[in-house]
Amino acid sequence: MDIFLQQIINGLTTGSVYAIVALGYTMVYGVIQLINFAHGEVVMIGAMVAFTVITALVGAGLPLPPIVLVFAGVLTAVPVCMAIGYLLERVAYRPLRHAPRLAPLITAIGMSIILQHLALLIWGRDPRAFPQIMEVTSFNLGGAAISSVQIVIILLSVVMMGVLTWFVYRTRFGIAIRASAEDVRVAALMGVDANRVIAATFIIGAAMGAVAGVMYGTYYGIAHYTMGFTLGLKAFSAAVLGGIGNLAGAMLGGILLGLVEALGAGYIGDLTDLCQWPVFGGLLAERCEADGHVILLGSNYQDVFAFLVLILVLVFRPSGLLGERVAERA
Amino acid sequence: MLATALLEALNLEVHYGGIAAVKGISFAVEEGELVCLIGANGAGKTSTLKALARMIPAQGEIHYRNARLDRLPSHDLIRHGLALVPEGRGIFARLTVTENLAMGAYHRNDKAEIALDLQHIYEMLPRLKERAAQVAGTLSGGEQQMLAIGRALMGRPQLLLLDEPSMGLAPLMVEKVFEVIRTVAAQGVTIFLVEQNARLALQTCSRGYVMESGLITLADSAANLLADPRVRTAYLGE
Ligand SMILES: Nc1ncnc2c1ncn2[C@@H]1O[C@H](COP(=O)(O)OP(=O)(O)O)[C@@H](O)[C@H]1O
Ligand SMILES: [Mg+2]
Repeated sequence: MDIFLQQIINGLTTGSVYAIVALGYTMVYGVIQLINFAHGEVVMIGAMVAFTVITALVGAGLPLPPIVLVFAGVLTAVPVCMAIGYLLERVAYRPLRHAPRLAPLITAIGMSIILQHLALLIWGRDPRAFPQIMEVTSFNLGGAAISSVQIVIILLSVVMMGVLTWFVYRTRFGIAIRASAEDVRVAALMGVDANRVIAATFIIGAAMGAVAGVMYGTYYGIAHYTMGFTLGLKAFSAAVLGGIGNLAGAMLGGILLGLVEALGAGYIGDLTDLCQWPVFGGLLAERCEADGHVILLGSNYQDVFAFLVLILVLVFRPSGLLGERVAERA
Repeated sequence: MLATALLEALNLEVHYGGIAAVKGISFAVEEGELVCLIGANGAGKTSTLKALARMIPAQGEIHYRNARLDRLPSHDLIRHGLALVPEGRGIFARLTVTENLAMGAYHRNDKAEIALDLQHIYEMLPRLKERAAQVAGTLSGGEQQMLAIGRALMGRPQLLLLDEPSMGLAPLMVEKVFEVIRTVAAQGVTIFLVEQNARLALQTCSRGYVMESGLITLADSAANLLADPRVRTAYLGE
């Protein structure tokens, strides 16, 4: 099996999900310069709602094809998350629109904790397993395996990114969102209601987040009330990597982060195999002979890469790959 | 109170924290007029315009036709026919020229008429047409000012507020911008023009107000103001 190609495929899959979630962070940030830390939880709730619906439908014993089941799950999760996204903005952030920036930021963290505990109350402490409703088929692609789920995730993400790009660049309201991201007060002079634009960024981000949650849960076959935390933080890292506030940056950052993470996970074991280094080889000769490897950091360290990337970007290029003029905004 | 006034401000006040920038001024603009407000840097001119456009909190009454602007949110004003070209132009630098102009017509739904207006703007400001697909941030200062005015006109305003359109422009460009302003006024748009360039402003307007430290200290016809010794020493450098 070609490890490199395999990890590229895996990285593109998770990267697509990161990109979709990152868009939710970056759209909101672009207009109101708020890091909506609760976005990860919205994604988690999307996965939970969909899992619940699918499990219920399977339990009801209706002879529905798998695609219909998943579709029903997504179609329920999306409006639920849109409503939560809207309520977050309306109830938690809007009253603080003109408060010092620390206030909404702390509120965002608070909202994240509240939503997480709400999910804990509703769905409990145990992970939810995705019901076995379909056979996952695998295809051979140049020596690596790509599953039907991976293909669907990548294609669906590309479609969502395409639709969002079209919306933001080709429709009147989309242009108004971009104008508001530059200057809300001047956009208002043209008749743009800032509240509507801001609410729209939350709602659109939440809708995509819901789909991302379902994709992520389906990919790993599991959903848990804490999954939004790591996923959210990774997607946020992706948004920063691409340049927060920048849509293309969020897409690029998400994909890159997925790739870095997958390749890192694929090779970190080999790279930190102490037996290959003469220094350690001598010291650990016995164990190396017995086990063949003494691996310092296994692939379970893959989560580290996202945050390593975040730290490196913040240190060396805080404006991100495609970002500009970060210092300009007070 | 002027019976025919299109816009009338009464006891307008603007405070920043505890500091008063506009200290209870009253003025009026009649339909079809080109009125200017001149004054030194820091006099409170921009604050006055921002108050009229509801961009900052202010006290006092703002009457506009039968509406009370001081009770409307900023984004409703263009529907009442009021547009502001803000200080520093306020163009959307990352949007293309066409997108900026489209934003000007955001509140309108008459697609065919919008297309016609766009054509007229491009005829009046051919430089913009050449750069239609360009991102507005790449335009020169003068072109950006033209774009800001063109964008405001795309909203079909009845009253156009202009905040220092000559700011930061080379003299030749200033001339061109003022030519556009005169053309727009000749088309029947009422204009309230704020300027530091007092001579040019008074030569362009029919009436003027002089603002000093948050108060209107003189109000007269442009010709009288140009001849007024106080204006001549303070604002015309004579
Ligand atoms: N955002 C603000 N915060 C505090 N003070 C301000 C602000 N904007 C303007 N000022 C002050 O208000 C006064 C009037 O400013 P402004 O309206 O910009 O005058 P002008 O346009 O005539 O130059 C000045 O003293 C200025 O320093
Ligand atoms: Mg000013």
